[in-house]
Amino acid sequence: MKPKSISAATRPRVGKWLVTGPPLAYLLLFFAIPSLIMVLASFRTPGEFGGLAPLFEEGRLDLNLDSYVRFFSESIYAQIFAKSVWYALATTLFCLALAYPLAALIAKSGRRYRDLLLLLVILPFWSNFLIRVYAWMIIFGPNAALARTVNGVLAWFGHEPVPLLFSSFAVLVCLVYVHLPFMVLPLYANLEKHDQALLDAAQDLGANAWQRFWRITFPLSLPGVYAGAALVFIPALGIFAIPDILGGPEDSLIGNVIKQQFLETRDWPFGSVLSIVLTIAALFLAGLAACVARGNLGTPSSVKAARA
Amino acid sequence: MRKRSAGLWVAAAAGYAFLYVPLFIVIVYSFNNSRLNAEWVGFTLDWYDKLFHNQDMLAAAGNSLLIALTASAVSTVLGTMAGVALYRYKARLLQILVLAPIAIPEILMGVSLLIFFVMLNFTLGLISVALAHITFCIGFVAIVVRARLTGMDETLTEAARDCGASPWNAFRYITLPLIMPGVIAGALMAFTLSIDDFVITFFTAGAGTVTLPLQIYSMIKIAVTPEVNAVSSLLMLLTLALIIIASKVSPSLLRSD
Repeated sequence: MKPKSISAATRPRVGKWLVTGPPLAYLLLFFAIPSLIMVLASFRTPGEFGGLAPLFEEGRLDLNLDSYVRFFSESIYAQIFAKSVWYALATTLFCLALAYPLAALIAKSGRRYRDLLLLLVILPFWSNFLIRVYAWMIIFGPNAALARTVNGVLAWFGHEPVPLLFSSFAVLVCLVYVHLPFMVLPLYANLEKHDQALLDAAQDLGANAWQRFWRITFPLSLPGVYAGAALVFIPALGIFAIPDILGGPEDSLIGNVIKQQFLETRDWPFGSVLSIVLTIAALFLAGLAACVARGNLGTPSSVKAARA
Repeated sequence: MRKRSAGLWVAAAAGYAFLYVPLFIVIVYSFNNSRLNAEWVGFTLDWYDKLFHNQDMLAAAGNSLLIALTASAVSTVLGTMAGVALYRYKARLLQILVLAPIAIPEILMGVSLLIFFVMLNFTLGLISVALAHITFCIGFVAIVVRARLTGMDETLTEAARDCGASPWNAFRYITLPLIMPGVIAGALMAFTLSIDDFVITFFTAGAGTVTLPLQIYSMIKIAVTPEVNAVSSLLMLLTLALIIIASKVSPSLLRSD
């Protein structure tokens, strides 16, 4: 009797581990352990020919804070980090400005068109990332219509011609382009749930279109705005390919410096320090967005209370 | 009221134009009879012809296909398991490990896997790229499968168990057929993500291995040529076909609610 009941109790647990085990083991091996190795690498000394110096040398364990000291003592890295935050912030704001009318239109449109309009926002996101960057290389190209028009107008005012390609402007436009769908989706998901009766009531009480937007729609949409901001800001912070392809030398962001440390300078400990700082920044912002969004969930109920 | 809608329409139309004009330009210039991507000269299929005779490009396409097939096959199995585990057992550690690779900037996974493979003396190449791709594809498959399970009647599986089916048979004959659309959609998603991936491949491929995105990258770093437009247009066509198949199999994948 007893052995049987034990096996009956353990069987679901066996099933659980059969299902959970393989993906868990894979992700531990190829995600968690590499991440921990990178943390360890940040405390080590760069090797003579790149990579890492041996962990044990002359019986001593090689762990130090040199790379962290370097990060905090050379102001150039803090500056590049600040510049990356600035670019990511600008990207987030421009995405918000472009995404809001798109999301509002989709949320307002009838059932028949809603799926199609939403699909049209997602579709470009599924095309290859490099193709989307390359498209802007063509548009901003020195011989393309845009550059000729802009420089024609500038020449008319007696201004020197400006290159559009390899500029901060090109980097920023492409950053916005690549991340736009990430802002539209959460914003739409939020706007779609809004109660039209609130807007009607505000209109009856004499609120104009701007007041209705600014005092009702926008505050209620804040959870969607925060979610979208996190989805845009975090990947934009770590980007390296866009400044690499469309930017000039002064557009180098933290992602470019990390790439350089790992593939060109081959200073792995310092590259790891930069990666860890980037991870902490990303996790901190994701956590912040989650907290703020949760705090704002109270808003609809407070509106409901105000209505009652 | 109507005036306000018109303003919204104009702003949204500008948004859609912003999304589509660049891709449209890439496609149009792939048929342009000029080396410069600057103005329309005349229609030609030369760039496609050149493309199919470019040995480097064909080799890169072969590598991409091989990696994408391997990565999507393995990640579909592991991702489906993860999706079921997340739904049934609410496994917390697994949830963090499934979502983290999607949430953090891609470059971080790329460099940490680079250190990992080099420290293990693992030769960088097709296998290391496939292993890396599986890591980020698992999460996407798991999310799609879990979403499918959420809309499912779990009592069906319990009924099968009550009628004496073994856990495996209950899964094989009841749960799996029901979640199959989600599994297929997840597999197609994993395939697309793998064939399109640039950042993680960039760090884990090593010097000798070239995939399609890496080939495109090295070409556009040197010069803008319409051959890149041609390969881009074909890649877009492939992705579009995969999305259409995925949406036919699992309509909920593209539905707004």
